[in-house]
Amino acid sequence: MADYTYTILIPLIPLFVFLFLGLLGHKMKPFVTGLIGSTGLGISAILSYATAYRYFIGAHVAGTGYTSIKGFEVVWLHLTEKLTIHLGVLLDPISVMMLVVVTTVSWMVHIYSIGYMKGDPGFYRFFSFLSLFSFSMLGLVLATNIFQMYIFWELVGVSSFLLIGYYYEKPSAVAASKKAFIVTRFADLGFLIGILMLSFNTGTFDFQTLTDPHGPAIASAGGAAFMGMSVLTWSLIFIFVGGAGKSAMFPFHIWLPDAMEGPTPVSALIHAATMVVAGVYLVARLFPVYALGAPDALMVVAWVGGFSSILAAVIACTQTDIKRVLAFSTMSQIGYMMLALGVSGYGGEEGLGFMASNFHLFTHAMFKALLFLGAGAVIHAVHSNEISGMGNLRKHLPITHITFLIACLTIAGIPPFSAFFSKDEILVAAFHSNKLLFAIEYIVAGLTAFYMFRLYYGIFWGKNTHYHHTPHEAPKVMTIPLMVLAFGSVFAGFIPFHNLVTSDGKGFESHIDWMIAGPSVLIGVLGIVIATVMYKKENALPNKVAGTFKHLYKWAHHKFYWDEVYLFVTRKIIFRYISEPIAWFDRHVVDGTMNGIAGIIQYAAYAIKGLQSGRLQQYAFVFVSGAVVLVLIFIYLV
Amino acid sequence: MNILNFFIIIPLLTVGGILLTKDLKQSRLVSAIGMGAQLILAFVLVYLYLSERSAGNTEPMLFMFDVVWFPSLNIHYAIGVDGISVAMIALTGLVVFAGIFASWKMEYLPREFFISLIILATGVFGFFISIDLFTMFLFYELAVIPMYILIGIWGSGPKEYSAMKLTLMLMAGSALLLVGLLGIYFFSAPDGNPLTFNIMEISKVVIPIEIQRFLFPFTFIGFGILGALFPFHTWSPDGHASAPTAVSMLHAGVLMKLGGYGAFRVAIFLMPEAAHEQAWIFLILTSISVVYGAFSAIVQKDLKYINAYSSVSHCGLVLFAVLMMNQTAMNGAIIQMISHGLMTALFFALIGMIYGRTHTRMINEMGGLMKVIPFLGVVYVIAGLASLGLPGFSGFVAEMTIFVGAFQHVDVFHRVITIIAASSIVITAVYILRVVGILLLGPIKNDHFLHLDDAKWYERISTITLVLAITAIGTAPWWLSNMINYSLAPIVERLSAIQITGLF
Amino acid sequence: MIQNIPLSYFLVISTMMFFIGIYGFLTRRNLITMLMSVELILNSVNINFVAFNRYLYPQQLQGHFFMLIVIAVAAAEAAVAIAIIINIYRNFKSIDVENVDEMKY
Repeated sequence: MADYTYTILIPLIPLFVFLFLGLLGHKMKPFVTGLIGSTGLGISAILSYATAYRYFIGAHVAGTGYTSIKGFEVVWLHLTEKLTIHLGVLLDPISVMMLVVVTTVSWMVHIYSIGYMKGDPGFYRFFSFLSLFSFSMLGLVLATNIFQMYIFWELVGVSSFLLIGYYYEKPSAVAASKKAFIVTRFADLGFLIGILMLSFNTGTFDFQTLTDPHGPAIASAGGAAFMGMSVLTWSLIFIFVGGAGKSAMFPFHIWLPDAMEGPTPVSALIHAATMVVAGVYLVARLFPVYALGAPDALMVVAWVGGFSSILAAVIACTQTDIKRVLAFSTMSQIGYMMLALGVSGYGGEEGLGFMASNFHLFTHAMFKALLFLGAGAVIHAVHSNEISGMGNLRKHLPITHITFLIACLTIAGIPPFSAFFSKDEILVAAFHSNKLLFAIEYIVAGLTAFYMFRLYYGIFWGKNTHYHHTPHEAPKVMTIPLMVLAFGSVFAGFIPFHNLVTSDGKGFESHIDWMIAGPSVLIGVLGIVIATVMYKKENALPNKVAGTFKHLYKWAHHKFYWDEVYLFVTRKIIFRYISEPIAWFDRHVVDGTMNGIAGIIQYAAYAIKGLQSGRLQQYAFVFVSGAVVLVLIFIYLV
Repeated sequence: MNILNFFIIIPLLTVGGILLTKDLKQSRLVSAIGMGAQLILAFVLVYLYLSERSAGNTEPMLFMFDVVWFPSLNIHYAIGVDGISVAMIALTGLVVFAGIFASWKMEYLPREFFISLIILATGVFGFFISIDLFTMFLFYELAVIPMYILIGIWGSGPKEYSAMKLTLMLMAGSALLLVGLLGIYFFSAPDGNPLTFNIMEISKVVIPIEIQRFLFPFTFIGFGILGALFPFHTWSPDGHASAPTAVSMLHAGVLMKLGGYGAFRVAIFLMPEAAHEQAWIFLILTSISVVYGAFSAIVQKDLKYINAYSSVSHCGLVLFAVLMMNQTAMNGAIIQMISHGLMTALFFALIGMIYGRTHTRMINEMGGLMKVIPFLGVVYVIAGLASLGLPGFSGFVAEMTIFVGAFQHVDVFHRVITIIAASSIVITAVYILRVVGILLLGPIKNDHFLHLDDAKWYERISTITLVLAITAIGTAPWWLSNMINYSLAPIVERLSAIQITGLF
Repeated sequence: MIQNIPLSYFLVISTMMFFIGIYGFLTRRNLITMLMSVELILNSVNINFVAFNRYLYPQQLQGHFFMLIVIAVAAAEAAVAIAIIINIYRNFKSIDVENVDEMKY
């Protein structure tokens, strides 16, 4: 077996970069800090590629399945006799794949940011936070046990918080970062409870033990039941709540659109390619437990995924902020991945959904990062996020235009771009499992093509907009990452995922089912055609359509009022009806009781202090009468 | 000479030294040197303790020292430490050291201020090293009383009221405690041996259960008042709000820990049967503390009130974990004490520093301070993140240990109550981020704040000391956890030997 | 001669003196008069001492000695009391007891 100890460096290098830049960055020139950050991530990325090569090809004995390998592990904290938190590096197909995704996108984003963030006063801060995020995300990906995952899960949460709130003087950014953190934190509570339940029942945090088909976790499936489902199912549902929070699944999706307040490279890295798929990764990581121990929990995953994907797709059609469109598109695509996991079985061809989900995760990371970075280049050029402020940019931004078009075609599922393959596998998996979910995904595929091309035409075609100064193409440092990612988007589909990343480590045969893929391509094309008719040239059609579906449009435009519901719950219920009464109760009832006790004593003191009148003869009288009374008592009563 | 005696001698010498000084400059220098020496001594003690242990010394208490003090009542000056008290001593050393630097500019009656502060510290150090109940009580009182003077003279706002309230409530606690301790004393030798105050001696006998039932609430509530047990916590918001910076730091940082430590070392350790029986009542109270404190903190407007309520919540978690009475949860309780001590001291130090610049503690009047005082702002964010239990800082280690430990109980009552307590991590996030958002981020509301100075060197010493300690525990918790675990083992053994007859 | 007088006569006299003293102490407002009342009380006690000594234990002298001690103490007390009264007079320009009620609450 090959030695993988060096893999610990992959997360550690960004950590050192973070500490270095965080402590000393303000004394350096901005460009130097950017260079240090990019170089650090570059080394990590190259190490990841080397690891991936060794794992999948170099050190792999042909014909055997891929096993999971612990490259490195130390004890971090002993909790009970059985439960110990380790920190380490776990390599298996999905973690190696994620390693490649995270380091690649992060590296590209680092390089891109050197151009994008130029002239920003907090340059070093930005790069140190990016490195912190990369460290946390890599730690999450490489976690050997569920508790390590939770640790880094929280760390990615806080890095996301810091980066969303990067423009901390903007109240909307501050509010968005707060919202993102608290909503995901709430979901993390579910994750924590799930971990507590799972670890108590199985006596371990370790992924290798947990996911062992003959291990204690799956064996405990038949254990004690609570409200009709086994404790294992409950714990997995709770864990999924955590995953849903991070992955912006319904009903925790509300933080994701607001998170677009962060700088665009951050949105590309965290809120499109890496952190938001952590929930998918979590379910994939525990997939054998879900599939073999708790199919009910897996159904929950599938339905939440399916519902989120269509909800987000509908909302995305009505949004006018380009980053928000992309955010809802992300949510929709992650719903796809969740659904694919949910409909999958374990082992061999049964595990098609699992493979498809990871495949889509991979391709999505490429094309969605590309979309965001492209959007960033556009925003960089026109200094606005609103579609209405753009139009006819294809002449001014040729490279951005081409790469953006590639990404749009990819996400629409047009062959031979990569997402065609991954989406097709998902549809096949859904078709074999649940026809209703399958139908939903068909609709979503059409909607996706439609809203993406609505966006594309809105930015690069459409009306001639007058700009204050002529938009200019982004510098090379920004366009090169775009080209790299475009390359990935085009060709990632040819990676034989069915041989590499499977639910049980063994490869299986997979082919394109044109009975399913054909209609899906047609639906995609249809969406594109409709978008072309409506948005290529400025015309009255969009408003007419919006007028026809007035109520639906209004509801979708307001994101089905979920934000208002949340605001109502937090502002009105938690602040007004829980916290304030509690604070009042504390000040007036609890503290009032304490003050009341003091008051009673004080009152009693006032009442009896008159006895100390200072009048000598009164004292003498009391003294004498007391003596007389005592004498009488002694004489007559004793 | 026993090393532990120096924990009393050095502060006394420092007090003597301050008496000889003339002005602020000299007295703060003497205090800083004295408490610096104390801090070094605390780390030497940690080192000596660990090397004793690794040399194979398995005694429950190390560095024992015993002098008969009052023979007719068999009162001893008996001291000794185990892993738990060593950890608490290190915490105290850190907080006191940081506290001295946080009050570097104490212009008004500096000598008297530093003397009171150091006497308070002496009491705390003495409390943690005592293994004789009488000595312990003596030091306990020694720690509580200077509080009155410190708040009453150097405080702000309604300081007389707060000082009186705090002292009276804590004295009421002492009164309950005294009943409990004397009760324990009179039943410390059922088979006719001389009565004793020594904890280790008493732990070898079983106090009759009827007596325990009576004494346990006295002792537990007595210590619980100091540990901000609901509903006896109301001294905390007022007291903290009025106290000067260093006093808030010491009070929330270490004095409140006396409550948790005592509840664990005296009430539960010496009366395990009654503890098992009555735990459910106090578990309900403490879980109320945890959630209730956090909810109250959400709507407060004064920085110190927010932190005081947050302390109620976090200290509630300490008592909660202690009452879970298994090794993991108790371990978590001790780590939480240390972690909260450091965090809250850091918070109060920062609040004091911010107040010293803006002259207001109302969060609504501030905003965008990150821009003008980046150092303090960043440290405030770090303290906040530590407080809401972010991995990498001590709070996470403590909370997770507590929750995992508490979840080891299989019955529904303990499970439900654990989940309720765990939900506080979300509420904590809400109030911390609310404060950070309003106070530090956003645009600057007040033009007067545009020209504030960032932290001075002494403020940096104070905060960096605490931040380093928090991160050290957060990133490398195993040594602390192992040190505590070793000493917890005999205690938990005694607890688990009891047939559980609790209501649930 | 004294044998003919029963003990009760002395006791009646001393009781009368005692209560006259008490009455005077409680009702008089003048500090000097109050002091005189106290002297009356002390002297009534002295009579008791001497009378009981003479009638019950004629061979012993403790009662007499006690009487002498009381007289000595009374003299000292009178000196101190008058000193206090003079001071009060200097401060209050009066020796009315009603005016001296600063020591209250």
